[in-house]
Amino acid sequence: MIPALRSLAVLASAFGFAGCGDDVGGGDGGKPRLTVLAAASLTEAFEQYGGQFDAAAVRLSFAGSDELAAQIRQGVEPDVYAAANTTLPEQLFEEDLVKKPVTFAGNRLVIAVPADSDEISSLDDLAAEGVKLAIGSEDVPVGAYTREVLERLAGAERGAILGNVRSNEPDVTGVTGKLTQGAADAGLLYITDVVATNGRLEAIELPDSLQPSLEYGIAVVEGADQPQAAEELIDGLLRGPGREAMEQAGFEPPPE
Amino acid sequence: MIGERWFGALLVIALGVALTFLTLPLVAIFVDVGPGELVASLGEPGTLAALRLSLETTAIALAVIVLLGTPAAWLLATRSFRGRSIAVTLVELPLVVPPAVAGIALLAALGPQGILGERVSAAGPELVFQTAGVVVALTFVASPFYIRQALAAFGALDPALLEASRTLGASEARTFVAVALPNALPGLVAGGALAWGRALGEFGATLVFAGSLSGVTQTAPLAIYERFANDFTGALALSAVLVAVSATILLGAKLVSGGRVLGDARA
Repeated sequence: MIPALRSLAVLASAFGFAGCGDDVGGGDGGKPRLTVLAAASLTEAFEQYGGQFDAAAVRLSFAGSDELAAQIRQGVEPDVYAAANTTLPEQLFEEDLVKKPVTFAGNRLVIAVPADSDEISSLDDLAAEGVKLAIGSEDVPVGAYTREVLERLAGAERGAILGNVRSNEPDVTGVTGKLTQGAADAGLLYITDVVATNGRLEAIELPDSLQPSLEYGIAVVEGADQPQAAEELIDGLLRGPGREAMEQAGFEPPPE
Repeated sequence: MIGERWFGALLVIALGVALTFLTLPLVAIFVDVGPGELVASLGEPGTLAALRLSLETTAIALAVIVLLGTPAAWLLATRSFRGRSIAVTLVELPLVVPPAVAGIALLAALGPQGILGERVSAAGPELVFQTAGVVVALTFVASPFYIRQALAAFGALDPALLEASRTLGASEARTFVAVALPNALPGLVAGGALAWGRALGEFGATLVFAGSLSGVTQTAPLAIYERFANDFTGALALSAVLVAVSATILLGAKLVSGGRVLGDARA
């Protein structure tokens, strides 16, 4: 969701539920209804998992994690909140708005290149002369993580890589588009973004020492209508069909 | 008589609502940011670069649009040929295409994998991620505003005037330069102002086709959007400058084109 819609979504939530929800699972059929607010990057995995969840009809609403947290703070009461970090669920827990959150998945930042590319095979190659890079602008999460990685490099290499940046895109879609169109030679994206391109982009792993921590937290919301189904949903993410759906989308398994 | 009065009141109310609705958001920009903050945030790195880039690229785009669009509009206005109305429609098409679609279309045509991509990069400068790409995007999006207006201005010329010129032995080219251009000038200037304003505000096509890099492709609207997330004051300040520049262009064009801004229905 573009930031301009952010305030609208928050506004809408003040009057009830922001109307971007989606019924998954084909009709209620007398089943209880489970409302899940989830980070936008979880869309594919959660739609698949929600469709096969038996205990309840899952109603999903996707947006940026911070927008969803704002909705909950303004009184929206879903059953489950799933965020693209662990900070926001922990904050809501401290504010007594959700129950104790758990980490249910991880993501990684990778170097993304077009599938037919052969000039880039490591982080060092990004510093080579003439390489064209598209990355997220520093104001958006993917761009902030990208700079976190670059901060850990030696000054000269960092300077060379930043010197090759041809565009600071306002979201991951911009980076993906510039890469699939062959306009840029490489960029930094989440592994799940690369998986979602169905083979048009390839991922090159970053060294572990540079990898920022990208953990996803989930919690049952205080006052949930369906606390039991909510627990079951989270349980399936940790060790059931939800975990499979997450891994298919490229997410890392939860920490053991 | 009472009907007349009601109708008059209705018109006044409609204009009042329209004016309030159209100016309130722009006024809010200036109310929200104090002059001190405005000047301070203009000093931030990237802000002046974005403004300068915007002025440069829009000036070049406008020059291209006028040089190419004026003769093209003259041809469309003075000749009738098969497919003329199709040609006019094609020229107007970018008006109704969403800017992001324009950017995608430009990538598909002139990008590295576009249908002309290899030929373009063999023949001239690279466009994507380059300032030249910004100019291309601006020209594509803004030219219909000029050509439409020029078409109308040429079409409104008195045929007797042009006929007299030809009867006196002036060539077609001389008629165009010495009679048509000066007489259509107010309309041409108005069209140029609209196209310039549209180019100054261009966002989507530029972002998708040329990208966003400070000093190279990040025009003022792109810089505003980047600041929007974390630096709302900075975004407002830059917006205020952009609105002021655009308003100056529009007013200037009206003065130059001879119409008084206030109190002249034809201006």
